[in-house]
Amino acid sequence: MSAKSKNRTAPKPRPRIATVWLAGCSGCHMSFLDLDEWLFELAELADVVYSPVADVKEYPENVDAVLIEGAVANLDNLELLKKVRARTRLVVAFGDCAITGNVTSLRNPLGGPDSALHRAYVEEVDGNGSPPSDRTTVPELLPKVLPLHQVIKIDAFLRGCPPSPAAIRELLEQTLSPPSKSRSKKDTP
Amino acid sequence: MKVTTLTINGELVSASPGTTLLEAARENGLDIPTLCAIEGLSTVGACRLCLVEIEGSSRLQPSCVTAAEEGMEVRTDSDRLQRYRRMALELFFAERNHVCPVCVANGHCELQDRARDVGMDHVRVPYRHPDLSVDITHERFGLDHNRCILCTRCVRACDELEGAHTWDLAGRGRNTHVITDLNEPWGEALSCTSCGKCVEACPTGAIFHKGSTVAEMEHRRDRIRFIAQARGKKEWTP
Repeated sequence: MSAKSKNRTAPKPRPRIATVWLAGCSGCHMSFLDLDEWLFELAELADVVYSPVADVKEYPENVDAVLIEGAVANLDNLELLKKVRARTRLVVAFGDCAITGNVTSLRNPLGGPDSALHRAYVEEVDGNGSPPSDRTTVPELLPKVLPLHQVIKIDAFLRGCPPSPAAIRELLEQTLSPPSKSRSKKDTP
Repeated sequence: MKVTTLTINGELVSASPGTTLLEAARENGLDIPTLCAIEGLSTVGACRLCLVEIEGSSRLQPSCVTAAEEGMEVRTDSDRLQRYRRMALELFFAERNHVCPVCVANGHCELQDRARDVGMDHVRVPYRHPDLSVDITHERFGLDHNRCILCTRCVRACDELEGAHTWDLAGRGRNTHVITDLNEPWGEALSCTSCGKCVEACPTGAIFHKGSTVAEMEHRRDRIRFIAQARGKKEWTP
């Protein structure tokens, strides 16, 4: 943010966008990848600085826009989501799990995590199953699966299960193309 | 014939005596969103989507059960009404487990359509996520309480058109739910004639043909009006 407006002749900094995959099936990201050759155009317009399809371990600082797929189901989701909000200007709830909890939240009527694990590992298995005894190797489940806006402030909602590639493209184009509005006001000295 | 004259959204309209505000609006090409109302059945004012403002009254009135009266000044689309409609829809979605992408009626659902119409992009109140059952004891039909909005179309279709009155409501407040006969499994409800009118009337995926999977359940809701009209005009009487 700091060095942006020093020199008028310097090339405009490229927008930094990211995608995040929380508790969802990855279908929204599949739909994103279905943009096919337009992804080359996207690469011309912006840098993808964090994504499940890019090998980046830590969510970076100073991100312009992020698409977040999936609901908030465990402590890892929660921690990452808060970090993403703190480091990103425009946060988009990407798809129905992010917006409503959707299929991910189907465990909520069962009660807490223990009932959900019991359903998955004991009731619905052939033979003798038992819930995982070591609860440290996988992130701890939250009492209820939550949509993103119940945890952090959301700037835009992109509906669909999954959102169509056309809808994703339109949102990204709107976010990236009009430099006259929100971005340039901040950037002009 | 005497005609009632009133104003809707600033336009002078006329209505035949005995019509409701909803009918008067629709006869004059103005639509008011509804969920519990369906052509061919009586109206009950349950869903509150069709609320309108009437000049001189501080209370909002459900237009489906309010008679059009001479000189009334009615507004159907104020900012306040639009705000309330969206809130009512959000409450419907929060009340039970609709989860549209895995619903038999996905894409053919009136609740979903109304939410899209008002531009609802998320639900601002917490979801209740109640633990509700699915009754698939009937040979041909299923009932999923997760999808029910308590519009009582099934109750009215069964009572008013079929004359069986298999359906009714039980419980109060958030425990209200539809039942068959004396709260017996649908498959054991002796009064049910398996006519399927409740299936066709249902606005959501709550009542469905067994065997339909995600997005496959298309209710033929115009059948309700067709049957009511044919019966009313004795079209089937030789």
